[in-house]
Amino acid sequence: MSDDESEVQDAGFDEWLDAAEADEAYALECPNDHGSLPPRRVCPECGATELEEVPLPGTGEIETFTVTHVPTPAFEEDAPYATAVARFGPVRVTGQVVGVNLETVENGLEVELEITVSETTGERVLGFSPI
Amino acid sequence: MHDVRVAGAGLTAFGHSPERTSRDLFSEATIAAFDDGGVSREDVDALLYGNFMGELSEHQGHHGPLMAEAAGVQAPATRYESACASSGTAVRDAVMRIRNGEDDVVLVGGAERMTNLGTAGATEALAIAADDLWEVRAGMTFPGAYALMAQAYFDEYGGEHEDLAHIAVKNHENALTNEKAQYQSAIEVADVLEAPPVSEPLGLYDSCPISDGAAAVVLVSDEYAAEHGLDAPVSISGTGQGGDRMALHDREFLARSPAARDAGEEAYADAGIDAGDVDVAEVHDCFTIAEVLAIEALDLESVGEGISAARDGRTTADGETPVNLSGGLKAKGHPVGATGASQIAELAALLSGDHPNSEFVPDATTGVAHNAGGTVASATVHVLEVSDQ
Repeated sequence: MSDDESEVQDAGFDEWLDAAEADEAYALECPNDHGSLPPRRVCPECGATELEEVPLPGTGEIETFTVTHVPTPAFEEDAPYATAVARFGPVRVTGQVVGVNLETVENGLEVELEITVSETTGERVLGFSPI
Repeated sequence: MHDVRVAGAGLTAFGHSPERTSRDLFSEATIAAFDDGGVSREDVDALLYGNFMGELSEHQGHHGPLMAEAAGVQAPATRYESACASSGTAVRDAVMRIRNGEDDVVLVGGAERMTNLGTAGATEALAIAADDLWEVRAGMTFPGAYALMAQAYFDEYGGEHEDLAHIAVKNHENALTNEKAQYQSAIEVADVLEAPPVSEPLGLYDSCPISDGAAAVVLVSDEYAAEHGLDAPVSISGTGQGGDRMALHDREFLARSPAARDAGEEAYADAGIDAGDVDVAEVHDCFTIAEVLAIEALDLESVGEGISAARDGRTTADGETPVNLSGGLKAKGHPVGATGASQIAELAALLSGDHPNSEFVPDATTGVAHNAGGTVASATVHVLEVSDQ
């Protein structure tokens, strides 16, 4: 993204980050109780088009993680950092584990969402902080 | 239905040649394929071409007609993009076009120019095969995604980095005699374990290299092969494709590849075989853990058992079902758009006795090729068989 375009938002995604920053993160749920993440107009599981925003639970649990030493250029100054997949109620989310000694990250760790920023680009990054 | 035969195949050397354009690479591969097959360029009905990152690495879109020019064929040409399964999907469509009588001769292949981007640039370009909003922006890289799967696998089924190391050692060993391979050097388990970490638990030697290269295969109908007296003993008797959700976190399983399982089941049923009939396999081992997930998805190993297959010698060259006798992506190299077609080329050579490693599978009649895109949100599987003409 060039600086000139930095005001342009990604519809659905940036709103979700805004909501998460306000502790109001949500998932989408269809009438058949399938959870998914926005932006989405159609349930990817069953094709239902009536999607409702439901609040995400305040805490999630890490199901798998890695410590990345060779990043993309957008995270050059952030490495090494831990990336994890964590379960929050009806959805799993991928995020960077922040505010933690990397050696203590483990499966089963309880975390909450924390929107942080890339040290390299200053862009917002979906993060998890251990409770 | 028309049977589909592999009439000719050609590969460039895979490796580090940053100055070479994909049109140059693909041109070389097609010359080899036409020379090998004895098929006239004028008979080509269509070109199906796989490429993933041409816009990023070469500032080039619309590859189809450009590559038809490079190959010297006057035929409609289409680019296929399915991340690292780009030319696997191209092969699948080529098979279906010949089967349904639409075409008699299809040139199928792919190329990728990657090393000119450097490690950081190539890491960024590969990452876009994942979900940009939810994965890439959280810092996930491709090695990172496979590391998440490896960690989930260890957690669910057991195993450790040392088990994975045996896969890298095996595939390097297999590449020693493959003159097209990027690495023709033996490594040891200790080398893998001591290599710099990329995304833990995966290190440098768990990862395929960044590669430039091209592959081309000439596929023909049975009738065309007979009419022209072609020496084409290998047919593609089964094809399958599977799909899954884009982001790893949206999948039912973090340590399995259902898309590859679906593709494999479809291809086996199509060919009328089952996993027990497979004599040799070329699978998409972009990272060591990927080979584990692939052989389990193809039912060559039970779920949870694939991790020990290389260590215990079941998939080594002298094992029951050798896997990646070409050296695999790990040692042969992984120019992503070329990989699926290159697997068909290697497998056809193995089955027809024309490969340096054919000696390990002298009685093989049935092989399977597995090509995966992204974190296996796309997968194609093809069954190749030696059959009477």
